[in-house]
Amino acid sequence: MPDIRVQEAVFAPGKELDAFTDVQSGAGAVVSFTGVVRDDGGNLDEMMIEHYPGMTEKALAKIAEEAETRWSLAGALVIHRYGLMRPGDQIMMVATAARHRVHAFEAAEFLMDYLKSRAPFWKQERRGGDTTWVAAKDEDEDALTRW
Amino acid sequence: MKLDVLYFAWLRERIGHPKDRIETDAETVADLVEELRGREERYAVAFADISALRVALDQDLSDFDARLDGVREVAFFPPMTGG
Repeated sequence: MPDIRVQEAVFAPGKELDAFTDVQSGAGAVVSFTGVVRDDGGNLDEMMIEHYPGMTEKALAKIAEEAETRWSLAGALVIHRYGLMRPGDQIMMVATAARHRVHAFEAAEFLMDYLKSRAPFWKQERRGGDTTWVAAKDEDEDALTRW
Repeated sequence: MKLDVLYFAWLRERIGHPKDRIETDAETVADLVEELRGREERYAVAFADISALRVALDQDLSDFDARLDGVREVAFFPPMTGG
């Protein structure tokens, strides 16, 4: 069973990775990815992430279970935040554990590709009183075709 | 049938609230959209271009041709931007 967490609270990626790694048995490889709030223009005040409670957990579990089956994972972890964040704050992380590194890497990429456009989160950027909903990119949708 | 209809992100902002509970005879999602468009101008504007929207039925992604038999919750939203 993948460990899925949807939360408003800040988390410590290093601590989470240690805890995840400690409980994997038979895994020779652990891969992790952490997504951080980026400020390309240098003027981002905050990022707000809205989600669809209920569907979010369901969608993430479905994606992670598919990854576990497809790459025979020893374990998978997905943590995704919602609410207000500032540049440099972590948004989410995934970790995968497998016997071999190829499977751990591929499964982590699969999780990232799918949760970008199949998990019900919406990002809004806030700059000096203006708010902009981040538009989905065609390449994010295209990225799914390789799986 | 009674349906909970949910809106998220800019769609929620354009409609002005996150949820409607409606009584409808719509057979498909497309029928429901047509009915919503007829409600008020802001719905017509929000649902003007459904190619910019996605739909979930009882919290599973679906499509606009899908039938509503047995469905209790319909959610409309823009393409997702997680990760």
